[in-house]
Amino acid sequence: MAVIFEKTKGLTEATMHYCPGCTHGIIHRLVAEALVELGLLGKAVGLAPVGCAVFVYNYFNCDMAQAAHGRAPAVATGIKRARPDTIVFTYQGDGDLAAIGMAETIHAAARGENITIIFVNNAIYGMTGGQMAPTTLLGQVTQTSPYGRDVTTTGYPIRICEMLSTIDGATYVERVSVDTVKNVRKAKSAITKAFQTQAKGLGFSLVEIISSCPTNWGLTPTDSLDWMREHMLPVYPLGVFRDKTNCEASK
Amino acid sequence: MAAKVLMKGNEAVAEGALLAGCRHYFGYPITPQTEIAAYMAKKMPKLGGTFLQAESEVAAINMVIGASAAGVRTMTSSSSPGFALKSEGLSYLAGCDLPAVVVNIQRGGPGLGGIQPSQADYFHATKSAGHGDFHMLVLAPNSVQEMLDFTFDAFDLADKYRVTVAILADGTLGQMMEPVDTTSKILGPPVDKSWALTGTEEKRKPNLVSSLYLMPEELEATVFERYERYKLIETEEQRYERYLTDDADIVVVAYGATSRIAQNAIDAVRKEGIKAGLLRLITLWPFPKKPLHELAQRASVFVAAELSMGQMAGDVELAIRCQKPVITCHRTGGVIITPEELLQKIREAASMQSPAA
Ligand SMILES: Cc1ncc(C[n+]2csc(CCOP(=O)(O)OP(=O)(O)O)c2C)c(N)n1
Ligand code: SF4
Repeated sequence: MAVIFEKTKGLTEATMHYCPGCTHGIIHRLVAEALVELGLLGKAVGLAPVGCAVFVYNYFNCDMAQAAHGRAPAVATGIKRARPDTIVFTYQGDGDLAAIGMAETIHAAARGENITIIFVNNAIYGMTGGQMAPTTLLGQVTQTSPYGRDVTTTGYPIRICEMLSTIDGATYVERVSVDTVKNVRKAKSAITKAFQTQAKGLGFSLVEIISSCPTNWGLTPTDSLDWMREHMLPVYPLGVFRDKTNCEASK
Repeated sequence: MAAKVLMKGNEAVAEGALLAGCRHYFGYPITPQTEIAAYMAKKMPKLGGTFLQAESEVAAINMVIGASAAGVRTMTSSSSPGFALKSEGLSYLAGCDLPAVVVNIQRGGPGLGGIQPSQADYFHATKSAGHGDFHMLVLAPNSVQEMLDFTFDAFDLADKYRVTVAILADGTLGQMMEPVDTTSKILGPPVDKSWALTGTEEKRKPNLVSSLYLMPEELEATVFERYERYKLIETEEQRYERYLTDDADIVVVAYGATSRIAQNAIDAVRKEGIKAGLLRLITLWPFPKKPLHELAQRASVFVAAELSMGQMAGDVELAIRCQKPVITCHRTGGVIITPEELLQKIREAASMQSPAA
């Protein structure tokens, strides 16, 4: 029988624990496929965050460490400095990266740390049951913004890619989404380019992926994809925010 | 004879680390330990190593976690307020069983406190470096030579037991200069680090460095296993020095710079005919209970001398099971005990002795 689709060897056989319709699983596969296709799986060292993806170390078929909440870019820095030949990546949610880990993120970028960050933005704290994240949209109802995110008391959503676009040390920063097949393909290209950036020694790369959380958004999986498109993409426009891969000499 | 070099205590720490093969230093500036970072910043690039000034102490200790997970010798240093911030990482280091060396050149607290020498992080270092059940192995040097020697040894101890080893010193030791022999260090054979994250090269199963166990029994088992190692450390590594304790009625217990003041005070009271001796603690965890058990049999009063409000004194009482009175001689907030203050305490202790001895 002809094989038309295979599970990538970049993922283990472990059964994923994500909720039905959650797009974390798709993103895992894209990361794993990119590493395999670039021949980098054997060099890869991944960092699991604190968040729904904490068990990502059970899924990626490469060396992994589990970092404290928000600290993955600092731990990644330590690994990369100790072993420059490895391909070091973090996989972080928006609470992990944009709240508690903001300093570690910005400074890893500013240093031009030669690591790759996979940043999953689902506008909410998933694992702890749906609290407001720095990326939560204005008016969005969460457990800790039960009347909708109110700008007068909680301010505005943070746009990480836009912020990083001003950081000279960042080499490649792109925002993608996994709401349609077409966008999933684009997300894969972006992740691939991010790993290539690191493999060539060009410096810091971050791919932000707009992702869903059907459970805490209180929507069906398909409605979640619509919600991503209708509500998140206007606030978080897709595109390349910084690309110095052509002008940057090897560091 | 080996030529000695005049060095600051902080520089000796840095040199000790370099001699031990540490090539990855992560830190954040804070007085009175910044010379360690400055020394590393100067030397590391020439040795092909990493000196990285992190964005915070939190980031620095997490970089240490990364480097250690990758299998190399690594360290960070700070002073008291910075050490509080490292607590998160110290706990993760323990939970992941990663070897690391951390150096705390203490200053007065709480809060921003001051920049003068202190020993008020004793509790933090020996009992509560972070959340959860764990210990660091804590070494307390009392000379610039020992700042170098103990830091050198710390890397071996860390690798041997897969623990964090803390050098607990203070601003006096960090800032003072003494001649140091830097020549007689020989590196041991490298220890097995097959658990390290190096990339699988697709030739072995992935390695995992994690402190997460959602099953309580599993987590408990890792803690039990770690405490087996701690038990071994407690039997193998209690370190201390005795000075004139064989016939001592009064035993002063002190560590770090305070132990040097104590030695002078003991020399002075001996001239007055008071039989006083010194138990100088080198490891603070494991706490040297063995010599204290022995000394409790014959000495009549203990004097705990330290630059904190009696943080170590409680451990002395516990170790001698409150069999003998323990009086404290302490200053805090950056104030140093004067020899005269300690003399007075020893005389006070002598007057407490039962006359029938
Ligand atoms: C220091 C610390 N603070 C808080 C927590 C609790 N916590 C666990 S997951 C999480 C939020 C994660 O949200 P996010 O990064 O958005 O990832 P998601 O779960 O949505 O994928 C928090 C606050 C923790 N584990 N550690
Ligand atoms: S809580 Fe949300 S982010 Fe977490 S697995 Fe479920 S759907 Fe995904």
